[in-house]
This record gives sequence, structure tokens and C-alpha cells, in this order.
Amino acid sequence: MSDLTRLTAAELAATIASGDVSAVEVAQAHLDRIAAVDERVHAFLHVDTEGALAAARDVDAKRAAGEELGPLAGVPVAVKDILTTKGVPTTAASKILEGWRPPYDATIVERLRAAGTVMLGKTNMDEFAMGSSTEYSAYGPTNNPWDLGRIPGGSGGGSAAAIAAYEAPLAIGTDTGGSIRQPGAVTGTVGAKPTYGGTSRYGLIAFSSSLDTPGPCARTVHDAALLHSVIAGHDPRDSTSIPQQVPDVVAAARLGATGDLTGVKIGLVTEFGGEGAEPGVMAAYRDAVEALTKLGAEVVEISCPHFQYALPAYYLIAPSEASSNLARFDGVRFGLRAGDDGKHSLEEVMSLTREAGFGPEVKRRIILGTYALSSGYYDAYYGQAQKVRTLITRDFTSAFEQVDVLVSPTTPFVAFPFGSRTSDPYQMYLADLFTIPTNLYGGPAISVPCGLSEGLPVGLQIMAPTMADDRMYRVAAALESTVGVLTPPAL
Amino acid sequence: MTTTVLPPYDDVVARYEPVIGLETHVELGTNTKMFCGCPTEFGAEPNTQVCPVCLGLPGALPAPNRAAIEATIRIGLALNCSIADWCRFARKNYFYPDMPKNFQTSQYDEPLCVDGYLDVEVDGEMVRVEIERVHLEEDTGKTLHVGGATGRIHGATESLVDYNRAGIPLVEIVTKPIPGTGAKAPLVARAYVTELRDVIRSLNVSDVRMEQGSMRCDVNTSLTPVGETEWGTRTETKNVNSLRSVERAVRAEMIRQASVLDGGERIFQETRHFQEDTGDTRPGRSKEEATDYRYFPEPDLVPMAPDAAWVAELKAALPEPPRVHRKRLQEEWGLTDLDMQSVVNAGAVELIEATIAAGATAAGARKWWLGELARRANEESLDLSAVGATPAQVAELQQLVDEGKLNDKLARAVLEGVVAGEGSPREIMTARGLEVVSDTGALTAAVDEAIAANPDIAAKIRDGKVAAAGALVGAVMKTTRGQADAKTVRELILARLGAQG
Repeated sequence: MSDLTRLTAAELAATIASGDVSAVEVAQAHLDRIAAVDERVHAFLHVDTEGALAAARDVDAKRAAGEELGPLAGVPVAVKDILTTKGVPTTAASKILEGWRPPYDATIVERLRAAGTVMLGKTNMDEFAMGSSTEYSAYGPTNNPWDLGRIPGGSGGGSAAAIAAYEAPLAIGTDTGGSIRQPGAVTGTVGAKPTYGGTSRYGLIAFSSSLDTPGPCARTVHDAALLHSVIAGHDPRDSTSIPQQVPDVVAAARLGATGDLTGVKIGLVTEFGGEGAEPGVMAAYRDAVEALTKLGAEVVEISCPHFQYALPAYYLIAPSEASSNLARFDGVRFGLRAGDDGKHSLEEVMSLTREAGFGPEVKRRIILGTYALSSGYYDAYYGQAQKVRTLITRDFTSAFEQVDVLVSPTTPFVAFPFGSRTSDPYQMYLADLFTIPTNLYGGPAISVPCGLSEGLPVGLQIMAPTMADDRMYRVAAALESTVGVLTPPAL
Repeated sequence: MTTTVLPPYDDVVARYEPVIGLETHVELGTNTKMFCGCPTEFGAEPNTQVCPVCLGLPGALPAPNRAAIEATIRIGLALNCSIADWCRFARKNYFYPDMPKNFQTSQYDEPLCVDGYLDVEVDGEMVRVEIERVHLEEDTGKTLHVGGATGRIHGATESLVDYNRAGIPLVEIVTKPIPGTGAKAPLVARAYVTELRDVIRSLNVSDVRMEQGSMRCDVNTSLTPVGETEWGTRTETKNVNSLRSVERAVRAEMIRQASVLDGGERIFQETRHFQEDTGDTRPGRSKEEATDYRYFPEPDLVPMAPDAAWVAELKAALPEPPRVHRKRLQEEWGLTDLDMQSVVNAGAVELIEATIAAGATAAGARKWWLGELARRANEESLDLSAVGATPAQVAELQQLVDEGKLNDKLARAVLEGVVAGEGSPREIMTARGLEVVSDTGALTAAVDEAIAANPDIAAKIRDGKVAAAGALVGAVMKTTRGQADAKTVRELILARLGAQG
């Protein structure tokens, strides 16, 4: 095998299962690739070479013993550094957790291990998943493999870039306002946000509890569906986890790959008609809609009048929850502790720890959220935002009475150069304009590459009703069957 | 600070009308914590009953304990509350090192149980205490300040935190303000907490031990000058940890507030702490700069919707209310209202009940608990249940008396040993050699000695003045250091002197 890193996850699993290559060889090929390119990409915060090889050896031993292997056994996977990994450093890209090794695995990580996947390491991200460019990582940004001078999207830029750079065939991301889909779009990869509650949040370092959703990143829709099916399903340790059978997304992806969308009704969100989006992005989006029509889908315009308030509602709800979720980072029980010299009071130690440990965007959101929840402002801000959330949910519900899925561009613009939006937080927040409504609603959505603009990838977002994750996989796979998989320039 | 002369209580209640309110926290006796599977055993080595969830480690999530929800609903039903058909948890945000997440998962504007009442008896009169809400939350850890003289944070060189208690389910029971109790306010407060404790104990959901902190009480007190309608500013006296202290704290705070108001000053809304040693209250932090808890619905937990059929089932299975139960016991034990009241006031109902169950007669059980043991409890400011004797031990003691192995005096000495933890009554009797001497051989010698030493009395008895025998019995008791059985001695004396008893 000349280049194992170019194979899809499905191909790798089949090759390993057939015995043509060992899981150790596959793991080593990816570790070598990381060694060769990650200095330039910086997708990883921590590479677990020993752990990966041990897991791979385990798969090989099981195969040798004739044990049955799961559909992704031996396939390498990279995990966003916001999920806890037992004994393996987990920082959420924050200084406040530098060097912390959790005593437990996130449920998703447990499931990945049980499925025999090989965890390569932990990927870079915006600190505590707050950001849309991975520039807010306390450990330096990740570079987009399509153009190393540009951002890889955020907050899951590390996971998306690792896949685009062939460092890993699969990765886990988390999506609070678009952090799987948006990096997927700007790196030309597939990223899916499952139904909220469809994947466990246990072990996911909380940013915004009511929005955070872990999900798969891959180079193909089929790979994403395979990973999705391994990590999804009810978890009694997460009260918000839905006690229901996950739809068969793998079968849906296979069905979509036949390229037939006859009988599928697709809605275009009128309010996402192009305002604030780059012309090149809108052109690629229109081409994609046309391609879907050619596959037999019926396309109609649907008005979702409250989507225009999604961004402000999101920027009250998410920081409010974050301000509470991040309160535990106080220097008392784990992670960084500043001012511990016997000369400072408890309050001062907490304050100095947080001052030293949190980056600017995290501080901004804690302050925003604290303000929005404070007495006297709660009703005007947090309470009002929750009402908007209800209205957005109603928009979705009524839309899905008319169509099977909704589509839109994933991001309003292609990958932008570093530093171009950090000086104006609002410009940065716009990156998630199209992805945020879905998080407020809780339904699933996927970003799939639909073409290029100025030589950079553009993604199509497909949104489905809650617990109908299979529908978006079907449409995404169908589009992929005509657009094809994007290949970035050689690094 | 100037020294103020505190007004006498009678004077206070002549001029002011108190309004009281009570917030009681009860740690539930579930096997596992509120939101994780950690054990809840009291007194374990620090930080041995913890996991990522109750330590609030990054990524950990709560999963609610159904047994705790059930216990809370039962408490609500026993307090005549309505059970919400839909409710949810909220986060109460504030920073403290013994609170792992720096927010407490509690209930705020959507509690599980609302609008109930508890009838309590004070001086033979029924007082209805209205309950505003009963809700469920999680307990915090415990902070230990080391190196200072007082054990408080000031002067300490380091602080240690034990998170074993963090996450234990805690039920908070809040009364509505209770006006119109006048001079009886402290007694009403005590009677309410006592009754509440009995109700919760009857449900078998908590051991409600105030001295171990599994039941803790905050007492709100305000005063209104007689004739005025608007209630005064209240203070909250935190963590009062015995029934007696509840009564004392209300009384002390009434006197203090009256003295402040008499001086023309105003009462600040503040948290105060009851001082067990002096019996007064001292200020804690001022509520005027109260923390903004930034309550909001807990996004990590889905709302609760207790099934109506389940609630109905729990209601049907409630035990007899303690008040009704007591009425029944009073009849069984053949006590007057007054006698029963003293049993209740002493907190002895269940102890006597258990003692009877262990084999004692009602009279015997009542005698020891209300006599010797109540006296000791009072002297040492302890709850009767904490005085150091168990119902089984008291029953055994009474049995030894009934068997004639102990007389009253010796039994009291044995009880001393029981309270001192020397063992069972039988063991103590044997070890200390306290058994009644009824061996006639040994006693005859002592009787003969007494007759010889008191010829005048002996003569009177021979002449038929049997009542004089008492003096000789006393003499024999003296030489046998009280260990003789008085009845046997008397019989021996009469037999020796040929008199008829």
C-alpha cells in the first residue's frame, strides 16, 4: 500500500478486516503523516503515539484471534480536545487546563475505543469552543490545508484540518453554533451535527449545555455516517440524551449515493437569500441546488421569519450558559492555579487564576453571559432569547411540515486570512449565521462540499427534523455523488 | 461597641408582635448521591466518596436520582402540598470552594411541591404552619480551616475541602411567614421543627439528626410594633442545629431586635449566626449586598413531570401522621394529655415506643426516658436521642428491675454506666457488682447485726409495731451499701423477731 492516508475510513476498515494491511501499519502511516505535515498545519494539540499503536495492536490481535471486528475497527480517529480522554491531556485549548489529564473518558471516547477505532490524539480548537476560526486557541491557530495563510474555521478547525490534510480519515467535533459544519465547509470536508441528545455530552467540556452536540467529521458522507452510527445512541449518564433508537444513517448514505432524490422535497430558506454572503459562495450554493433538482428533488422556497434573530438569541443563550459552566474553572480542584503563594485571599486566587487562564474571547463571553443572567436584566436578555428560540423552533416545525429538508450555504464566506476578523467580534460571529438556527432548534444538520469559490471550498448545509438524521445523509450523499470529493492542493 | 441592656422578654412581647419563618434543610438518606452513583455514608474518610460528577470535573454531567425525587414527593404529600405536574431544576450561581461547580443545582421558581401545611400543638393549642414549598437540591462539600485558634477561616494557615457530602440530596422545606404567635413564637418554632422532624422520620427518608447536620434549620425573625400592620425587616439566623437552639435563637433574636428598635435604629436584613455558648446571635454577611445568584433553568437536566398515578400511589402509601400516631399511643399507654405532652416535649415518643417494642412496659419505659435520661439531656443540652442510651438498653434495664436484680437506686447507677458507654446494663451490673443481694444467708448476718445494735427498735417490733421495721431495713441497707433487696430484708427482720408483716 503506497499511501494509506488517502483511503477513506470505509476502505481502511475493509483493508484491515481483509488482512491486507495491519491496523498498526495504518496507524503508523497516519502518525508519519502527522509528523510530516502537522508542524505546518498544527491540527493537533497532543498526539498519542503510544496509545494509538497500542489500540492498533489490539485490533490486530483480535483479528488474528478470529474475533469479529466492528465496521471501523483499526481506523484512526482524531478527537477534538474538548472531550475528556482518560490519562490523555485534555485542555479545551485553554491555558487553564494545561497539562490536565482527566480520570475518565467521555462516553463518545468510550464508544470509539469499544468500536476498535484508533485514537491518534487531540485536535486544536478555539478555546472552550468559542470562536469561528481556531485563532482563539491558547496554543496557536490551526492553518487551513487549502491555504496555510487562512483559517480552518472554528471552533473545530483542528478536527477539520486534520482530515483535509490526510492526517486522519475521521475526527470528532462538537457543534454549539456551527463548530463542526463551518470548519467542514471551509476545509472542503464533511461535518455533521447530529440531533441534540442523539449523541452523548458526557465528558464533553461544556460550553453551552443546551446547544453543544458532538458529531463526526470525515472526507466522505459515507464515512461520516459510519462514525455517526458508532458514537450515537442513548447514554443514561446524560439526562438530555434521547432514549430512542438512532436512525440508520449508514443505510441512508448508501441510498443517497445512488444519486436518486425522486420524491424528496427540499426547502430553500428565503431569509438566507444571500444578504451578507459572498457572491462566490451564493453561486456555488445555487449550483448545488440545481444539481439536487437534476437528481429528482423538488425544490421550494420556505420562509423562516425568525431566523434573522437567531444570531442575537444565540449570543445571549450560549454565553449565559457558558458563564455558569466555566465557573468551575477556579483553581481549586484541577488545572491552573495562580496566586497560590500564601499572600492572596481565596477570592484573589480565583480571580488571578481566571485572569491568567482564560483568553480574551472566553472572558468576553463570560462577562456577556453574567450580565445577561443578572437580576434586572434576565427577562430582557436571557428570557427574551429563550422566547426567540421557541419561535425559531416553530419556524422549523412548520417548515418540516412542508419539506423533508432545508438547505442553505453553510457559511457566508470562504476561509478568510488570519487576523482579518479578530479585531471585530461581530464580524467573527457572522461566520455562524447560517448554522446557528439549527442549534437553537436541536435538529440535525450536515455540511457537504458543493464546489469552490476563488479556489477555496464552499459547503452546502442540509438541515433535517429532530431524530431524522438519516434524511440529511441521504441528500448529502446524493450531492456528493455529483459534486465529488474535494482534494486540497498538496502540502 | 456600646453595651446595651437587653429588655426582658415579657416586655418585648408586650410591645412587639413577632413574625417568624423557617427554612429547614433535610439530607435524604438515599444510598447514592443526587446526581451520581457515589455512596452517601456519614463519617467516611474525606474525599473517598467522590467521582467526576460530584467533583464537578470538566465534562461531567448530572443524572437525577429517582429515589430522591420520590422521597421529596412523599415529604411534600405528608406536608399536605400539591405536587407539581411539571417542574425543573435551576442553577444557583455563586463561588465557594466547597461547591464543586460553583453553582448549586437546585429548584427556584418551579419547585416540586407547593402550598401545604403542618399542624403543630403548642401548650395544648393547635397552630397551623403553612408551607410555601418543598424542593430538592444538592448539598455542598465541607470546608475545614486549619492552623487558626478558632477553626474559622480568619487566622487559618490552610483550608481543606471534603467533597464527600457534595451532591447528597437535600430537601428544603420553606414555611410561609407565621404571624400572630406572640410570646409563643419561640415555642411554635420549636414545635414546628420537632413535628417536621417526626413527620420526616415517619417517612423513613432521612435520619434527621440535627447534631450530625442531616437536618439544619434557618430561622427568620422580624418584629412589628404592636398596632402596626406592616411587618418589620427580617433577619435570617443560619444553621441552628438543635431543637432547643431553635427556640433560643428566636427568643434571642426577638430580644435583640427589640433592643435595636427601642434605640430608634433600624433592623438590617442580614444573615446571623446563633452562638450555642452565649445563646445570642451575631451578624454574618449583610444581605443588602446580597449575591445575585443568576438563577436560570439547569440545561443539563430535562424537566421532571411526575406521573399522576405514581404520585397517587405514593400518597396512598403514606404512613400514619405522627400526630395521629401519638394520639393512638397515648391511648395505648394510658396517659393523660398532660403526661403525653411531656413525653412529646421531651422528644421521647419514638424512644419509648422502641423501648416498649424491646420488651419494657409502658410505665417502665416512660419512667427512665422522662426521668433520669431527660434530666441528663437537659443538663447537657442534648437531644434525648443523643444522650447515650438506646431503647434496647433501657428495656434491658427495666427487665433487670422487674426480675428483682436491681432496685431503683442500683438501676440508676447502672444507667450511669450505660450513658458512659460501659456496655449493656447486664454487663455493667456484673462488672460493677451492683446486683441486689437476695442471698438470705448473707443477709441474715446483716439483719442480726442490726437487731443487736438496735435493741429498742427490735423490742417495739416484737411488740407488734411492725412499722418500726423500716429503721432496721435502713440500717441493713447501709451495711450492704444499698445492694440488698429491701423487701427481702424486711421479711427477714420480721421473721427473726417473730412478728407478722
